[in-house]
Amino acid sequence: MKNLFHKRIAKPLTVEQQIKRRTFISFGTFFALSAGAFAGWKWLYNSPKEVAGVTGNVRAPLRRALNKSELFFRNFFSNSHLVRTYPKSRAAIDVRVNSMIGIDDENFKSDKWFLNIKSTDGSLLKVSIDEIRSLPKTEIVFDFKCVEGWDQIQHWTGLKLIDFLDHYHLEDCVKKKYIGLETPNGKYYVGLEMESAVHPQTILAYEMNGKPLSIKHGAPLRLIIPVKYGIKNLKRIGTMSFSDTRPRDYWAERGYDYYSGL
Amino acid sequence: MYFYVIIPICLRSRKQKHGGLWLHLKQCFMKVIKEKHSLAMRWTHWVNFPVLAVMIWSGLFIYWANDSYGITIFGTTIFQFFPEWFYKYFHLKQRLAEGMAFHFFFMWLFFINGLLYVIYTIVSGSWRELVPKRNSFREAWQVLLHDLHIRKAVPPQKKYNAAQRIAYTAIIIMGFGSVFTGLAIYKPVQFYWICWLCGGYHVARILHFALTIGYVLFFMIHVVQVILAGWNNFRSVVSGFEVTDCQVKDLVKPKENEEPVS
Repeated sequence: MKNLFHKRIAKPLTVEQQIKRRTFISFGTFFALSAGAFAGWKWLYNSPKEVAGVTGNVRAPLRRALNKSELFFRNFFSNSHLVRTYPKSRAAIDVRVNSMIGIDDENFKSDKWFLNIKSTDGSLLKVSIDEIRSLPKTEIVFDFKCVEGWDQIQHWTGLKLIDFLDHYHLEDCVKKKYIGLETPNGKYYVGLEMESAVHPQTILAYEMNGKPLSIKHGAPLRLIIPVKYGIKNLKRIGTMSFSDTRPRDYWAERGYDYYSGL
Repeated sequence: MYFYVIIPICLRSRKQKHGGLWLHLKQCFMKVIKEKHSLAMRWTHWVNFPVLAVMIWSGLFIYWANDSYGITIFGTTIFQFFPEWFYKYFHLKQRLAEGMAFHFFFMWLFFINGLLYVIYTIVSGSWRELVPKRNSFREAWQVLLHDLHIRKAVPPQKKYNAAQRIAYTAIIIMGFGSVFTGLAIYKPVQFYWICWLCGGYHVARILHFALTIGYVLFFMIHVVQVILAGWNNFRSVVSGFEVTDCQVKDLVKPKENEEPVS
């Protein structure tokens, strides 16, 4: 008994011993956690790419993060949050052309063009450019933003997408979660969630700087959606469709955020 | 504020020799463990370091896509952030989508970690040792002169000297600035008021970029200062404690009846 009692009283450590012990424990923990963090980084950096589908080419965990961030930031979306507009005098004369993907076929005939709308009831609606031009006209001068980092103040004229959908009584289509747009040759395509598509500043544009669109800017009809990066502003719309799942999206397949909202 | 663990090593023999002359203790060799950095401060500091590194690395992928910043005077570019070899060396080209995916995941870690630090610093009251005081700006000058070996006298300090107070408070404000300007660039439409407060999209981007340059400069000075300050100081950011030589005022005065009579 006496011995046991004796053992319980630990000898108080000297300062030197305390310093050594605490240094050892803290640095041991520090290096262990650092190694863990490094292993975590290696895991993330070498994690396999997502299964290619509507989106692709991003490490699977990072794609999940992009999608979760989308859900978080969509809470802040509102139709009353309008893109800042500028006087026409501020609009660029030489409007930047960044890509011709999907509109580079040489045998395209503007006069034979129709906008094909695949309605949710299975019917196909064909609308000519003259019909679209006869509908209420709207103009916007705003700062067009590219995902690459550049931006330019541009002047576009057309018809609000929401007005277009109302005019053709596509109310059932608007109830869907997504809208998909493709060029006539199907080589460029975007998907938009409905709330951004029906934003009051989203327009189907047929004029730029007050003149009919040129081929390289998307004639005869293109999308201008100021609440999105340029990659979603599809040129030369061929077909429009509606769905509850994400439609295919050219740049989302190539590693970009599907939402790409501003 | 501080907890002094005072364990006299050779106190008894000295005490016997010199009686009540406590002044002599100053000459006595005595190490004490002084608690310096809280676990919360050390944790957030070391989490922030790799997270910020990933943010800068992925941010460069984004910047590369439109590397327009430089200093141009009278049409001649005298300085361009970053030269061609820089991109090649760090393999920064053609990785915009990848950069965005990393940036928009690690932004959460950067934000949450920074927020935890700020909350801790406010709640614990340790902001009192961090935030510059009225005379800090004058004192910081003396610290600078001392560090440059121009002035011999060491300016008075508690946990942090005046220059540290300014630098460490500035870096927290910079972190807030990065989040704020980042939001202005990330969602300039939904957070239009943040964008407006930043002075617009362009200014927000430049500030975001400039803050990053600021971190790199801070890092370089910080590392040099830590090396110069030595092991004891560095250890405290891992272990939490510093070893100091005991001073008379720190010692507990002996009780009356214990006063040795010589």
